[in-house]
Amino acid sequence: SVSSSFPFSLLSISSSDETNTIDGFEDILEERRNSSDLKYALRCYAPVLYKGVTPCKANMLKNIVLQSDQLHYVINQVSQESGEAPDIIQEEASVILEEMAHRLQISTVRFFAFALSKAFKTLFQHVCVNEEGIQRLQQAIQEHPVVLLPSHRSYMDFLLMSYILYTYDLALPVIAAGMDFMGMKFVGEMLRMSGAFFIRRSFGGDKLYWAVFSEYVKTMLRNGFAPIEFFLEGTRSRTCKSLTPKLGLLNIVIEPFFKGEVFDVNLVPVSISYERILEESLYARELLGVPKPKESTSGLLKARRILSEDYGSIHVYFGQPVSVRSLAQGKVNRSTYNLFPRHIPRKPMEETQSFVNDTAYRIVRLQEDNMVLKPWVLMASLLLQNLEGLELSVLTEQTVWLRGLALSYAAFLDWPDHAPTAKVVSSSLALHRGLACVSGGRVSLVVGEPLGPVTPEEALFNRAVSVLSCASYRNQVLHVFLRPAMLAVAMLHLSDEVYNCFSFLWDMFSNDFILCPGDIVQDFEEACYLLVKTGAVQMPQQDIVMTDIGQPTLSFFNGLLEPFLQGYQVVCRYLCEEASEGLTEKQYIPAVRSFYSVLCVFTGNLRCYEVLSSDMQKNALAALLRMDAVRKVKVADQVTLIVNKMAVNSIDDILGKNRMISHINQTQISPGLSLVAVAEDLYRDGLTPSYIR
Amino acid sequence: GAPLLLNCGRRPPTADSATAADKTNPRGKHCLWLCFRVLSSCLEIFVLCPPLTSDSISTVLAAATITMTLTSTVCFPRQEIMKWNGWGYSDSKFLFNKKGQAEFTGKRYRLSGMVLPSLQDWFENTFGASVNHKSPPALNASAVPPASLNEAFVEDLKATGIPFSHEAEDRVFRAHGHCLHEIFALREGKKFERVPDMVVWPNCHNDVVKIVELACKHNVCLIPYGGGTSVTSALECPPEETRCIVSLDTSQMNRILWIDEKNLVAHVEAGIIGQDLERLLNESGYCTGHEPDSMEFSSLGGWVATRASGMKKNVYGNIEDLVIHIKVVTPRGVIEKSCQGPRMSTGPDIHHFILGSEGTLGVVTEVTMKIRPIPEYQKYGSVVFPNFEAGVACLREVAKQRCAPASIRLMDNEQFQFGHALKPQVSSIFTNFVEGLKKFYITKFKGFDPHQLVVATLLFEGDRERVLQHEKQVYDIAATFGGLAAGEDNGQRGYILTFVIAYLRDLGMDYYVVAESFETSVPWDRVLDLCRNVKERINRECKERGVQFQPLTSCRVTQTYDAGACVYFYFAFNYRGLADPVHTYERVEHAAREEILANGGSLSHHHGVGKLRKEWMKESISSLGVGMLQSVKDYVDPDNIFGNRNLL
Repeated sequence: SVSSSFPFSLLSISSSDETNTIDGFEDILEERRNSSDLKYALRCYAPVLYKGVTPCKANMLKNIVLQSDQLHYVINQVSQESGEAPDIIQEEASVILEEMAHRLQISTVRFFAFALSKAFKTLFQHVCVNEEGIQRLQQAIQEHPVVLLPSHRSYMDFLLMSYILYTYDLALPVIAAGMDFMGMKFVGEMLRMSGAFFIRRSFGGDKLYWAVFSEYVKTMLRNGFAPIEFFLEGTRSRTCKSLTPKLGLLNIVIEPFFKGEVFDVNLVPVSISYERILEESLYARELLGVPKPKESTSGLLKARRILSEDYGSIHVYFGQPVSVRSLAQGKVNRSTYNLFPRHIPRKPMEETQSFVNDTAYRIVRLQEDNMVLKPWVLMASLLLQNLEGLELSVLTEQTVWLRGLALSYAAFLDWPDHAPTAKVVSSSLALHRGLACVSGGRVSLVVGEPLGPVTPEEALFNRAVSVLSCASYRNQVLHVFLRPAMLAVAMLHLSDEVYNCFSFLWDMFSNDFILCPGDIVQDFEEACYLLVKTGAVQMPQQDIVMTDIGQPTLSFFNGLLEPFLQGYQVVCRYLCEEASEGLTEKQYIPAVRSFYSVLCVFTGNLRCYEVLSSDMQKNALAALLRMDAVRKVKVADQVTLIVNKMAVNSIDDILGKNRMISHINQTQISPGLSLVAVAEDLYRDGLTPSYIR
Repeated sequence: GAPLLLNCGRRPPTADSATAADKTNPRGKHCLWLCFRVLSSCLEIFVLCPPLTSDSISTVLAAATITMTLTSTVCFPRQEIMKWNGWGYSDSKFLFNKKGQAEFTGKRYRLSGMVLPSLQDWFENTFGASVNHKSPPALNASAVPPASLNEAFVEDLKATGIPFSHEAEDRVFRAHGHCLHEIFALREGKKFERVPDMVVWPNCHNDVVKIVELACKHNVCLIPYGGGTSVTSALECPPEETRCIVSLDTSQMNRILWIDEKNLVAHVEAGIIGQDLERLLNESGYCTGHEPDSMEFSSLGGWVATRASGMKKNVYGNIEDLVIHIKVVTPRGVIEKSCQGPRMSTGPDIHHFILGSEGTLGVVTEVTMKIRPIPEYQKYGSVVFPNFEAGVACLREVAKQRCAPASIRLMDNEQFQFGHALKPQVSSIFTNFVEGLKKFYITKFKGFDPHQLVVATLLFEGDRERVLQHEKQVYDIAATFGGLAAGEDNGQRGYILTFVIAYLRDLGMDYYVVAESFETSVPWDRVLDLCRNVKERINRECKERGVQFQPLTSCRVTQTYDAGACVYFYFAFNYRGLADPVHTYERVEHAAREEILANGGSLSHHHGVGKLRKEWMKESISSLGVGMLQSVKDYVDPDNIFGNRNLL
């Protein structure tokens, strides 16, 4: 039996009752509003550098890279393989480097400092930076090479970062940016001169490109010429949930430590929280399949319209620098690097790979933890559970309740001091009037109404846009509630097989949420601890029982995850019922979308608009692939999906059973079937049994 | 070319010649002998004119050599001329005199009797120490665990007539090497958990054979003791050892048995001390050229047992290159080869089981080793580089061109400054002026940063013409790396530092400063990274462990090889405010060693493993490798008679 072998002691959880305080932020716009921007842009800028290193001119840097042993090795290798003379390959390398390299110029930075000051003052009320973090960063920059790892929610992010560092007289970073920016003729070059270097989005097997790129980054890091900045998430998160980290660049910046070329590397997680994201509705449309507008200068100019709106405030939190050395202590044996020449590129060892992966997840979690949350994210969470609308008084009351819950779960909540709740709620509604409105004392989501007759599909699309936009705010608070919420879902369904159910959900959702690999037990303990702490559950002996007062909390949590459970279930249904034999990977997303549209239009009572989001569809597919319920087969140039209908059906069953209170009828589920039995069935079908103890 | 039989001087009366009363009371006998010895040394010093020594012997040791012409350096009760709680000779030590100026006492060294005016400043600035803060005076090591004797063994031993002792002083003296924790314990009067129960002084190979036989017969633990300069806890008695522990002191086996000038080899008893060996060979016009930094006190057998390395290995080779034949007494019998062929293909070289065996297999009794005619000409030199990177690049190039002088060492900036602090008072205004000019030229004219610049010290040997040619070649290479020739004096001072630094540690300990050195070997491309990371690791560990003052971390590249270099670290800190400085020190050294290993350095270049670094053996040579060594040990010494538990 599972519950009797309940293996964890709750005592092991540190019971720190500290809640994050929102104090210690400084509004850097305040000074901008009171003094000359021009003077600010022209002021003396003399940052402290790594161990007093002399700054390196962009050209000198290129030469160091081109003359490095590392690059020479690969050039000779490529030359031997291709039969081309090394000179020619060397020339190619030089061209690649030219295309890639930054040309940081202080004059350009000054220009941006001026222009952004103007822009920020119109767009935002405040740009708040934690001062303590700045001090820590200043210290860290002098001690060891620094890698800045900001969250990525907006195009603004990296300009904002450089702006802040300039403001505080800190060394300007060099920033890894996607090649797509280079499409913007003039702007691309401007960005380059403000410290961006450009990498192609994909360069799969191109050894030479990889060598130039990694040597370029490592050279800057080893010599500590400038902090290196890149986005672990790889791209802007359209959903405001943190994305599963990409490891390529992190591998590159960590390797010099393993090879002993630097004593340590400091990773600095930076959380940039926007009260309102500039790209808000753009993202929702993109998720619904309206293609992303290509980055272009004219597009940027058109986007000026946004200058007339109020985007609230931004909070930038510079986290505690994370020492790679301390993290790797006892996890990676550096001496395994002793037996191989360091200039020869090598695939990282398994031990290293899993360390880098683990590190990436931890950093993203640190980013999440320090995201500043606004009252609106709580309200959005509540509104999404009441799509038909809520009485304003009820919303206010529940928001207050949710605030208490969030604070006791250590959410980094920016709730205005000494302001009456009603005022907080109404000003949030005012700022987000594009998303929600109050009419007749009821608050509901705003749905864009195009002129003229609307087809059911169009109506659905509009509805989905508003739900997804709103969801992008709810998503910001998910990391606070995720673990207890998964436990709540597990409990409400099958209280005696809670851990199994929890681990099933954990596994299932590990693409949608940041769940550190291998942390499942720890996460479960944390979930138990938090629910017990807020009195929602009790744990007599080895059992987990809902308390008398636990109902609102648990059902809120259940509702919070409902869209995900439903979304995954729709995907499962589609794969079981509709998917054709030769379904290709490319067809998958539009097919799920139309399957849902049809389902929705016909039944009329489905409300899980979020399944229309390509993000959720991709994550669901990734989960099914991971669980071996779907396989990818490459036929000719197409990737085809082979569905194991039995397995998918079983997963659908578990998801369905998980939602006893869901809106979808559950006729398919045989009533007597326990989760364990289902899970065992899955196991027999070759599913990963990791969540079965 | 007839083989010679040399005796290295006055020897203690053998047990055979002693009276029956003496046999039961070896101390009395020693006292008599000692009085005689001291008297005669006085006579030597005052009556005999100091003979002019040849240029070839390290001039650094010139003063020491004077008293050594007739006597063996190491006598029976060593503690009479050597410190029992510190390094080296009792008469030689650093102290701050009443004027607060540092001076080095005694007459043995170049620095002896000199006042060192800059040392105090350097000392106080580097460590945050003050000459006013003297650590509490050392206590006497009064509490020595009582000897637990194996009576049957003692009886049988008496019958052989081999001298032995179970006096506390003799036993404690042989219970330790020169690790920081050992010396610190002696100074603090802390009780050693386990010391040898008795000491024996075999006189020759056959004596050793007898002793080992008796040890096997009575199941007694033997720990060979040569010069006692181990820095790896190799001489520490395993506390868990319940058998009687006998320290086998090889100091009386100190003769050169013959010299074969046709093949240029000498056959020597393994107990001979480095400086005696060199001096005696010099008398016949030869040298071994093997000069480890400890050569004043370390023994030939010890070199073999630890794979020692000499300063001039570029010309003469390390100990493994020098030995032609080794005789070892083990519990299973005597190991030796049947001929003296210069190289053999007869399976794995059994010498390599012995070299580095650290006293775990048996006692090295006699060694045949290569000798060379004394070189005609010797010249010191030095080169200043703008920074450590340039210096390492130069050494690498010198190694690449295989033109390394007898010795080439690169000291980092910290050591360069330290070397300056040891400059004796100069009486002449002119010298002062010249020094000032030099300094001006290097720092102002050439733009070297005094806090970055490093110095390489050089020693050339050979015939005059070739030395000069060689010197030019090396200086030319140095110039391409921005090096400037900085004169013979600076070079020579660098080597003086080597011999007196161990004395300086004792001075440090008088003023709350603990210090130690450790070494490694590392491929060329990792030298810089390793040096930087190890220093940084030490600084960080010290900080984390509550050391209140910035530690001194300094390194030098002391040997060059085709594929890498030997790097030597000094590390010292002011321990005021620490409850257990030795523990703190050990944790930091441990971390430093881990850092070395993680950066591609070896576990040891020449100090050995002992018990201090045992824990890393598996990692270093694989568990299969450890298994191979273990099976040799099990075969050669199944009852663990040589039970010092080093290495494995």
